Amino acid sequence: MKKIVFALMMLLSSVQLFAQTDQVEMADAMRSNGKIYVVVICIVIILAGLLIYLFSLDKRLKKIEKKS
Amino acid sequence: MNKTWWKILASVLVVYTAVAGLLLEVPHLAILNETIRNLYFHVPMWFAMIVLFSISVFYSVRSLLSQDRNDDIRAVESVNTGIIFGLLGLLTGAVWAKYTWGQFWSFDPKQNFAAISILLYFAYSVLRNAIDEEQKRAKISAIYNIFAFPMMVVLLFVLPRLQDSLHPGNGGNPGFNSYDLDSNMRLVFYPACLGWILIGYWVYTIRFRIRLLENKQNSIR
Repeated sequence: MKKIVFALMMLLSSVQLFAQTDQVEMADAMRSNGKIYVVVICIVIILAGLLIYLFSLDKRLKKIEKKS
Repeated sequence: MNKTWWKILASVLVVYTAVAGLLLEVPHLAILNETIRNLYFHVPMWFAMIVLFSISVFYSVRSLLSQDRNDDIRAVESVNTGIIFGLLGLLTGAVWAKYTWGQFWSFDPKQNFAAISILLYFAYSVLRNAIDEEQKRAKISAIYNIFAFPMMVVLLFVLPRLQDSLHPGNGGNPGFNSYDLDSNMRLVFYPACLGWILIGYWVYTIRFRIRLLENKQNSIR
């Protein structure tokens, strides 16, 4: 059984060798369109950070308000 | 308004505009090129500022009628938050102008009058800090604020229209609404305005609550 599975795995791993054409398939999404997606992600990270910071400020204020 | 849902809504809207504002299709226009996307970020700053200043006028009128200390604090804190948004609007406007009009500050009527209207509100906070007696301060600054608001509206929306200006919507220059702001852009522009107005309101409430706590502590001592 083990041998068969091993053989199957080897077979499957070799499949991509045949599938290779002149264009290599890569995770290109982040690098396409002049890399604008990278900028979008940076802006979203900054915005998310600031917004989370605002939420945490709000929380801290609520605590102090309850105390006093 | 002490709930969380509108704060989450504001966050979602603002993050949505950052993503959709950079990725969705926009009209292809000469000179503007991709900077047309600035519409989603530059203009909402002014909208948020105007809403905050309107809130401030509302509470100034109320504080004159009610003599309530809290109304006075609300008026001040919304002006303080509005000034931040106004400065952001000026800065983003200057950067946008550099790459479309050629200079950061070309003494365009819109830029000049926007700067003056911010100065009006600087004068408001200087005036406040100059008066020590509390009731007098509340009264005088409320009256000043009620006069400053229509001045700001005239400076931003009336005077620039009477002169030659490069800014859209002024001096015979068509505004974005007339033909550029297609339905695709509205999908981002309106949520952006609502989102930033809510964020502005949120910051204002935080400032107001801090001020309340400070006053409480000061009165205990």
